[in-house]
Amino acid sequence: MSEIALPKIDSSIINRKSEIVKKLSKLTNIENVLSEADELRPYETDALSVYTQTPLAVVLPENTEEVSEILKFCHSENIKVVPRGAGTGLSGGALPLQDAILLGLGKFNKILEIDYENKCVVTQPGVTNLGITHAVQHKGFYYAPDPSSQLACSIGGNVAENSGGVHSLKYGTTTNNILGVQMVMMDGTICRFGGKSFDQEGYDLMGLICGSEGLLGVVTEVTVKILRTPEVVRAALIGFPSIKEGGDAASEIISSGIVPAGMEIMDKALIEATDNFSKAGYPRDAELLLIVELDGTESEVNELIKKVEAICKKNNCSSLKLSNSEKERLSFWAGRKAAFPACGAMAPDYYCMDGSIPRGKLAEALLEIKKLSEKYELPVANCFHAGDGNLHPLIMFDGNDKEQLRKTEEFGSEILKTCVRLGGVITGEHGVGIEKRELMCEMFNDNDIQQQLSIKKSLDEKNLLNPGKVYPILRKCAEEGRVHVHKNKDKFPDLPRF
Amino acid sequence: MSTKIKINSQIFQDSNNIYYPKDETEVSDLIRELYKQDSPTEIIGNNSKSFIGNKTQSANTTSLSKISGIIDYRPEELYIKVKACTPINEIEQVLSENNQELAFEPIDFGFIKEGKSNKGTIAGYLSCNYAGSRRFKVGSVRDHVLGFKGVNGKGDIIKSGGTVVKNVTGYDLSKLIAGSFGTLVALTEITLKVLPKKDSSKTVIIYPSNFEQIYDFFNKLSSSSSEISGAVFIPEQSKNKDFVTKKNSVFKFNDLKSNVSFIAFRVEGDKISIEEKINNLKKELELNNSDISTLDVYQSEPFWKKVNNLEVFEKTEHNLIRMVIPPANGSKLCKYLENNHNYFVDWCGSLFWIEVNSKKEEKIKDLKKMAKDFGGYLTVIKTSSEYDYGEAIFTVDKVRLIISEKVKQSFDPKRILNPGKMYRGV
Repeated sequence: MSEIALPKIDSSIINRKSEIVKKLSKLTNIENVLSEADELRPYETDALSVYTQTPLAVVLPENTEEVSEILKFCHSENIKVVPRGAGTGLSGGALPLQDAILLGLGKFNKILEIDYENKCVVTQPGVTNLGITHAVQHKGFYYAPDPSSQLACSIGGNVAENSGGVHSLKYGTTTNNILGVQMVMMDGTICRFGGKSFDQEGYDLMGLICGSEGLLGVVTEVTVKILRTPEVVRAALIGFPSIKEGGDAASEIISSGIVPAGMEIMDKALIEATDNFSKAGYPRDAELLLIVELDGTESEVNELIKKVEAICKKNNCSSLKLSNSEKERLSFWAGRKAAFPACGAMAPDYYCMDGSIPRGKLAEALLEIKKLSEKYELPVANCFHAGDGNLHPLIMFDGNDKEQLRKTEEFGSEILKTCVRLGGVITGEHGVGIEKRELMCEMFNDNDIQQQLSIKKSLDEKNLLNPGKVYPILRKCAEEGRVHVHKNKDKFPDLPRF
Repeated sequence: MSTKIKINSQIFQDSNNIYYPKDETEVSDLIRELYKQDSPTEIIGNNSKSFIGNKTQSANTTSLSKISGIIDYRPEELYIKVKACTPINEIEQVLSENNQELAFEPIDFGFIKEGKSNKGTIAGYLSCNYAGSRRFKVGSVRDHVLGFKGVNGKGDIIKSGGTVVKNVTGYDLSKLIAGSFGTLVALTEITLKVLPKKDSSKTVIIYPSNFEQIYDFFNKLSSSSSEISGAVFIPEQSKNKDFVTKKNSVFKFNDLKSNVSFIAFRVEGDKISIEEKINNLKKELELNNSDISTLDVYQSEPFWKKVNNLEVFEKTEHNLIRMVIPPANGSKLCKYLENNHNYFVDWCGSLFWIEVNSKKEEKIKDLKKMAKDFGGYLTVIKTSSEYDYGEAIFTVDKVRLIISEKVKQSFDPKRILNPGKMYRGV
């Protein structure tokens, strides 16, 4: 794996470790401060596990006031702080620094209030995404954004990364589904943006914080909107004889006025890989597989299914299967959700990419990736959140072969540059973190980046909060790595990744 | 001719001393020059909403009205990229040809100002971030902005976002720009998410007997899986004859009773599912056919236009207030308003439009306190001519004000753009 540049280490901080640990132990319960090597090991990395760093110390505060006191102390002593939720992020946003405190929000694990009348839940940031839905589903409600890691990822991390999911085309990402946050600034100031009512007045600071990857503040409370569970949800599994016909059908579904709850595409390589792996019963003769999910009232869903069927037939689909039960619907998704481990079973290593492109450019992007795959002599399988243009190519390689590793990194970088060239962006939902930091200049010019850095500077003047993330340290566009999984050993092998 | 000479020779300007830059480069040159001269400017579009907010105190006025036109519209990609001051009417027209729309339902502020339609430009609308009746279902203006380009207070051209919906590349500045009243950047380009128009719509009218019942209905409506896309409460206000007359003339429909308070909710979709949803909702709300009226699509569409045009407050000479609170506190607020002010409720119980008589300006203070206690906020949208600005137009707390000042500083360090439009110092 290529080396990455991290902020210059402040050795004076490292030399003061024991004094700092002692002080931190006064700001929170002594058991909440970890400083021994074996205690720190679990915190060395997030889900971008190729990069590891041992933090100076880990502190696990229990309430907002403690977070405020800790940040105030670090601010006055010029100690860097890296916030961390559940550590499931794929772009290295929570990678520790040797001279920084790792501020874990794991103890903020309570739901504070469920307010059905105002259709919201007030929660601490360490509660998992799925935990919120579990708390309200008995009354027929749910929290809409559903990142694939929702079983383990925390809502605070979702705010930091503006997480999406399969259903974000219809229901939006985190930023569209939260009403308010409480946050602590680097200088210890506790602030509240939004609340239980819609659209706070003045600057949309909640909107700024959402997706800021832990660079502007530490979120200590989140108010999320909950929605009524749809009456009926059905899925369709549709095979196509060519990439073009499938891609066109996906575009046409959208342009015809249908907003599916989810729409996923898999290419032939992935259909075979997943079907071997999970026996999902996918049409193996198809070049491209489309999964369309529709929700609403019964007749609404029936009406939409009719339209989708007509569009797919017009575009020469080779097979079409509708789910007739909840069990069958989930079986349609089983293969798709097994896409990552299925690739892991096919090669010693794989890289997961994450870029967004305009939906209409799907066929072009897939053909381009195919060409690159031939150029670099590396197999690739593609899955695609077709509804919102989010592409996840999985490059398979052998990490023990240095030449293959180098080629993979170059291949990955070329894919993301292709996304930008087609009118897309370098990250759809995984965040920039350290992973894509150097690719920021593919998208933004100096003015754009300077403006963003200037916001960072205005809210964290000393650049102490999560430094070295998102924005390039070196003024060059290096080719950097993507999510690298070796021998199918994901940091969280039990989490579905799609 | 250099920008400096142009500015000084007034080539950019008309007789009212307004600059009219024609493109992004000219906006950048102009603001860069004003930055050098430490000379603030008011930023306006078509002037349709410039009455909202504090008066800016600046020597210059920059109109972006010439920066207009559709750049790229991709119906199949569900986005439209336009120059910032493209009139909303023009955008809606083009979208309508492809059976698409701006789902956040732009409010037409022309009616309260001058009694006729004047929707203004998309930049103006984004700068206010005031969404119409569909807000509680589809999100606000900020939820429909995919990206923008503009010029910051130093004259630098900056951009953020793009044309794709899933994008977490860098800070989401599009959100910050929404509702910033032109105090952070002079917008030059905006990319919006567009959505398909629904096939049809129907509106059901209920005649509730008390405030508890109103909010019980609102709660049931927003909890239902048979989704609605609009719900308003229009009170009778029997003590104010003028309001009653106005209300009855604005909402004069064949199938709507006059001289009573009513709730109206809208169901959209294909015709079969509209019927199915209405039947479901009637059961959930325990309504008999004799209790309700139904407006078909030909009445339903104009009905919601009138709501979103704020026509009951047409040409109001009083202070007009926009208050947003969590709906659970709505019935308490209704009870207070009943005897004090003309008002109506939108967003299924969250949004209150309140008219405060110009002679009762101190009442704004009470309302502000109430908004705060209820967990919401208020904005004085239109001020009567006698309004003395003693009570601030916007609601802000101390901490948020400090952070806002810092954010302002990062975009516009010399406070060149719309200084004081929102808060002093911002």
